Amino acid sequence: MTAVPHLQIKNLRAKIEDKEILKGLNLEIKGGEVHAIMGPNGTGKSTLASTLMGHPKYEVTDGEVLINDEDLLEMAVDERARAGLFLAMQYPSEISGVTNSDFLRSAINARRGEGNEISLMKFIREMDKKMNTLEMDESFSHRYLNEGFSGGEKKRNEILQMMLLEPSICILDEIDSGLDIDALKIVAAGVNEMRSADRGFLIITHYQRLLNYVKPDFVHVMMQGRIVKSGGPELAERLEAEGYDWIKEELGIEDETVNANV
Amino acid sequence: MSVDVQLRFDSEAITQYSKANQEPAWFLEKRLAGLKAAGELALPALEKTKIDKWNTVDFDPFQTTAKVAAANELSDLVKAQIDVDSVKNLLVQKNASTVFQAVSDELKAQGVIFTTFADALQSHGDLVQKYLLNVIALDEHKLTALHTAVVNGGVFLYVPKNVEVDVPLQAVYEIAGDNALLAPHVLIVAEANSKVTYVDTYVSGEGKSMVANSLVEVYVGAGASVQVASVRSLSVDVHDYSFRRATVERDGKMEWILGEMNDGNTVANNTTILKGTASIAETKSISVGTGSQRQNLTSQVQHIGTHTESDMVSKAVMTDEAVSILNGITKIEKGAEKANGVQAENILMLSDKSRGDANPILLIDEDDVKAGHAASVGRFSEESIFYLMSRGISRQGAERLIILGFLEPVVAEIPVEEVKNRLRQALERKLG
Repeated sequence: MTAVPHLQIKNLRAKIEDKEILKGLNLEIKGGEVHAIMGPNGTGKSTLASTLMGHPKYEVTDGEVLINDEDLLEMAVDERARAGLFLAMQYPSEISGVTNSDFLRSAINARRGEGNEISLMKFIREMDKKMNTLEMDESFSHRYLNEGFSGGEKKRNEILQMMLLEPSICILDEIDSGLDIDALKIVAAGVNEMRSADRGFLIITHYQRLLNYVKPDFVHVMMQGRIVKSGGPELAERLEAEGYDWIKEELGIEDETVNANV
Repeated sequence: MSVDVQLRFDSEAITQYSKANQEPAWFLEKRLAGLKAAGELALPALEKTKIDKWNTVDFDPFQTTAKVAAANELSDLVKAQIDVDSVKNLLVQKNASTVFQAVSDELKAQGVIFTTFADALQSHGDLVQKYLLNVIALDEHKLTALHTAVVNGGVFLYVPKNVEVDVPLQAVYEIAGDNALLAPHVLIVAEANSKVTYVDTYVSGEGKSMVANSLVEVYVGAGASVQVASVRSLSVDVHDYSFRRATVERDGKMEWILGEMNDGNTVANNTTILKGTASIAETKSISVGTGSQRQNLTSQVQHIGTHTESDMVSKAVMTDEAVSILNGITKIEKGAEKANGVQAENILMLSDKSRGDANPILLIDEDDVKAGHAASVGRFSEESIFYLMSRGISRQGAERLIILGFLEPVVAEIPVEEVKNRLRQALERKLG
């Protein structure tokens, strides 16, 4: 990577069917930065993640997103990934008959391009190493992708993919949900190992808990489909202690969800 | 025969071929009985598929080819199906000729007979006569009768009592040339407590208007275990009819693994009759429908003995304008107490113009049994495609992964590594 990674989201609006969910969202993430987006349920956090990745269910109606100065919204889903974007999903799909290792190798090779495929030995070495970090049993490489994985196993598998694909902008969508404290620490260790000047993070979470282990540089609060307040790590701590009501009061918001008429 | 088709062969030609191969008189009688019956019997009645316009009789049955001296002299088409350097037990047939035959000394020392159908008629006539056309009758319908009349090759595999054969025995069948016929008869007899695996592949070369009409009969003795794997990759110019049937004695086990990769019209039926107490049948089949081909694929189990168990899985991928009818028939006879039969048909549809029908049929005449079926016809999950693409894999690559994954549970079961690879290649060819 030559230049510092850079994701710019400008006035992003998106809808699902006829319902607008993102209502003019602005955010900028650079390499080396960890941003956390917090907010109550139904405020559009996961929609933001899915829309950035290009989920077909969501339609962008306005705004602009640039990844390293290129138009992200013009790209197909796989092009976004190859441009350096990664989304660790809240509910990863189960793909029957495709082993984890075959899938990972296909993904790595898709990224590297034809003629530059990773050697099998190197791939196995890399995968073993990362699986060790995440305390994943060796058998995971031969199991079918996410099939029959527990919630926690799926989340670890998402982080494993992130570690192997080495993206430049990582979005983690509620990667902490359904994890016990030990698993959370392991996942956080994986994320921390990835932190570098060449990589920016957007962590979407309900809870402060994950942020105790992955220290964010910026914390944003999302309500009604946009970012309504931003601050440093102290903002997350206050939210944990006091909840969201003080923000709603401060901003005069009654219904914080995207259903609110604004 | 129907009046409007001028046959390219007659009883004279059949008699000549039989004599040239020094067949025993009783078998020539069967052939001629088959020819007569073929003129009288109707085509088999198939669920939702009419085959009366398909080519069933228009062929020159006895086209011959010279033998080769060594495996590496086989045609490239055949060599692509085998590992020339390591294969020890192999029979290769092209049209009406055996072109190569190799049987290891170890196999002979075990008392196993693995030879061509023609040789078996000559050298093991009594043994063949005892089992031949017992599991499938020559007069079941026009196609079995025709087969008997013009059978032009095949394999006889006999495994004595208590003998376990630990390497898969292989056969390759090739059809090529205008109006060629490939009509092998595979007869497998596994005596009590024996164990064997037989694997064959069907391939085709250049040629127009070709017909394959094959029968497979398997006799599984008490406590014996037989595995038959077959991969068919015949071209659009071949109409392929195959009827495979096994009968299983007490505690025996029959396992079918079938890859229906033909490009042309196909009728395939595999049936297992569980006669003995606690006998077991397992059937796994995959098919891919491409172009405008029509396929009618039936997997069937008949439970007669008590405590018998069966499990059938059929998976089909449909694209272009292809039509496939997938029938699963579990029949449990009165008296087959504690029988347990399950089946599943799953079809993945890739195009709007293709059609895939899954027909699970349970016919149960006994109260004290378990039986279940599951059928599904579906398309790609957009969620799965999104997931794979979000890792940088192209849409085409994602679809391929999902298709191969859908079929993998069957592909993984193929007992010979090369055959597994052939099947994967056939999949690439069909879905590429």
